Amino acid sequence: MNKTPLLKRIRESWLFWPLVAWVIILLLNVIFQPEFFKIGIIDDPVYGKHLYGNLVDVFNNGAPLILVSIGMTLVIATGGIDLSVGAVIAISAAMGAVLINPALGNKLISNEILTRNATNTPLPLIILATLAAGVVCGLWNGFLVSRARIQPMVATLILMVGGRGIAQLITNGQIMTIYYTPYFWFGNGYILGLPVSIYIVVAVLILSWILVRKTSIGLFIESVGINAKSSYFSGIDEKNVKLLVYAFCGLCAAIAGLILSSYVHSADGNNNGLDYELDAILAVVMGGTLMSGGRFSLLSSAIGAVVIWTFTLTMYTFGVPANALLAGRAVLVLIVILLYSDQTRQFLTRLTDSKETHRYLNKLMIWKGSRHGTSN
Amino acid sequence: MAETQNIIQMKGIAKTFPGVVALEDVDFSLRKGEIHALMGENGAGKSTLIKVLTGVEHPEKGSIELDSKLVQVRSPQHSQELGISTVYQEINLCTNISVAENILLGHEPHRFGSIHWKKMNEQAGQAIKRLGIDIDVTKPLRNYSVAIQQMVAITRALQILSAKVLILDEPTSSLDIHETNLLFDVMRKLKHEGIGIIFITHFLDQVYQVADRITVLRNGKLVGTFETASLPRVELVAKMLGRSLNELDAMARAKYEGKKEQDKKRLVEAQGLGLTKSLDPVDLELNEGEVVGVAGLLGSGRTEMAGLIFGIEAPDNGSLKVHGEKVNRFSPRESLKRGIALCPEDRKAEGVVGDLTIRENIILALQARYGWFKFISPPKQSEIAQKFIQLLGIVTPSPDQLVKNLSGGNQQKVILARWLATSPQVLILDEPTRGIDVGAKAEIQKLVLDLAEEGMSILFISSELEEVMRVSQRVVVLRDRKKVAEYSGDVDDQTIIYCMAGNL
Repeated sequence: MNKTPLLKRIRESWLFWPLVAWVIILLLNVIFQPEFFKIGIIDDPVYGKHLYGNLVDVFNNGAPLILVSIGMTLVIATGGIDLSVGAVIAISAAMGAVLINPALGNKLISNEILTRNATNTPLPLIILATLAAGVVCGLWNGFLVSRARIQPMVATLILMVGGRGIAQLITNGQIMTIYYTPYFWFGNGYILGLPVSIYIVVAVLILSWILVRKTSIGLFIESVGINAKSSYFSGIDEKNVKLLVYAFCGLCAAIAGLILSSYVHSADGNNNGLDYELDAILAVVMGGTLMSGGRFSLLSSAIGAVVIWTFTLTMYTFGVPANALLAGRAVLVLIVILLYSDQTRQFLTRLTDSKETHRYLNKLMIWKGSRHGTSN
Repeated sequence: MAETQNIIQMKGIAKTFPGVVALEDVDFSLRKGEIHALMGENGAGKSTLIKVLTGVEHPEKGSIELDSKLVQVRSPQHSQELGISTVYQEINLCTNISVAENILLGHEPHRFGSIHWKKMNEQAGQAIKRLGIDIDVTKPLRNYSVAIQQMVAITRALQILSAKVLILDEPTSSLDIHETNLLFDVMRKLKHEGIGIIFITHFLDQVYQVADRITVLRNGKLVGTFETASLPRVELVAKMLGRSLNELDAMARAKYEGKKEQDKKRLVEAQGLGLTKSLDPVDLELNEGEVVGVAGLLGSGRTEMAGLIFGIEAPDNGSLKVHGEKVNRFSPRESLKRGIALCPEDRKAEGVVGDLTIRENIILALQARYGWFKFISPPKQSEIAQKFIQLLGIVTPSPDQLVKNLSGGNQQKVILARWLATSPQVLILDEPTRGIDVGAKAEIQKLVLDLAEEGMSILFISSELEEVMRVSQRVVVLRDRKKVAEYSGDVDDQTIIYCMAGNL
């Protein structure tokens, strides 16, 4: 039925450009440090037999960012932006840590109690409260954007700045260490040899895909992002669509916060999820969703996040010191921006077009020939 | 009048845009000390003519003489250097700095390398007094009303650019009566100082209040230039709409017989429905199986009326009953549930969602009505889209084309399809045939009649009186944001034109 040539169809696919970026980074590894791909099996005394290696780490460490990128994609698709996701990660991490703290509700506080591997709050309740904190944050953003009609960037800036303060209020200004081992499972555990966080990511990805593509929400999000006025005139509940995406983004950030705090065994209001908002935006842009809103693809944003983490770990294995990493990332951002500019794309499109390539090569030959001519 | 008195003499101006002839062989002249109204409906070529004069567009043919010297206006800056100044509808000033700074921005008097504030305030104060306005020029501009802001813009134009020609583009659209009169006083004062003023407006009353001459454009062609005193309003309207009165008298109309009065069910009843600064209270009834036409020039309040019935804005006056029930919550969403649909006037901004496919655009309102979880599956969407593509004859290779790639007429049909898919009982069409070709126009008119035959109630708004008359059983006439008359049964175009024009 579809007569467009295969090459063109692949090129126009949502996943094409993020995959190209990923393959380029992987190729660099193939050439310069093939040990990057080494995957082994380790028998961990706590978590049992499981896979280890850089590729596993990419997904394990990258899980929080992938989750945040999924939420961010929907927000950006409505023409908005959520700068507060990093702060929301910190808030939900703090929420989880406080509820786990066995000193909670305990009159007698001693170091022995504080470091006890136990909690007075049931684990499901901890998880629920952590996620609820994220949803409340998202609803707050959504309220400011959809009801108070504040520009998304400004509206979410409030929580971006204030959120870390809230997180510190929750933990009483301390970095709160968690000693409750069942909680560590989310960030460190394994199922069938693969990190738990990967399963969480896949589950969220599938559920959110169902949410947007098996209901009309996805269509409404895109419609609002392309033309909010027309959408309103068509009877779409534009305000609640916006409220929903911010709340969902908050939820995604909360899940990320849960995994992160579990991974590092602590909640730190100042550093949990630092700069995640910017990485998530970068991931979404890499996935091909326009910052102005409209069409989106959750999977390609997720791949965008994977690219960022593959790059980061590649830099680490190259031996780039942590303090120089930011400079390395700047290079990545630059390449991404160039790759996504219309100018560059047109150029690349012409290159992949076989006829044009011939013409280009011919030109090159002629040019070379003429140079030979003059030098002789 | 002697030729030498003309400040501006434009001859045989022609300009085409891809696919559209914007101006064709248009002559225009402006005398010294004259207020000259430029009239015409949308798309008549008024703005293109102004753009040619101010150097935004370059004409393909024709000549422009300024003070009897042939000139070529290269750019907006160049036109200002030549002494042609434009004050636009949206005022291009900085409201957060003082009036004096606004007037003299970029031309401040200096002393010892810094701005000479005292002298600047004096200069600005004198300049604005020239218009007969005495205000504190050191206060920020935002402290003053829109009318005063407009005066400041005019002062700037006269002071800095020493304009000989002043173009006022819809200057009164955001002013109330008092402010409008203030502006007119200033215009008359400038006229006596020998400045030529080109005045663009949609308000007929205002034209007759201040203008000396009127130039009428229609479809990019010059209809003529007339002395205001010798052109009755009715003739002006007839010229703008493009028919002579005799022609109107002779015109035969296709009679349209609807159902008998008594079988009609009342669907919409508006009583004193109005919104301050937008529409004066209006009474209106829409019945089953009936087409009600709305006649009125641009700015007469017809779009506002449609917007109030559809709930885009909530009225602050009167009441609206749909199916006999009073409406309390106004929003497109609520209207959709009540079975009211609106095809908006501004197709691009309010109608199509350009980057969605035709299929998605067509099912959008239906899906909005179903809500979030009752999802219309893609195969079902295609089925619905295909049905309407055939029914309305939308020309496209596939329902999965992006709407933005369609022509204007086909886009209009997609919007129509979007609303028909929700099977509304009341359909409001605001300029459904604007900018589409004759064939598609006829198709849409026929469709309107067919829909009414099936029992739908239709409110038909159009700038083209002929088409309003052809499809409607009743005609409501609006003028200057008021409903001025309602005719049913036999009425001729002439009566309606008289009515649209107002005071005879």
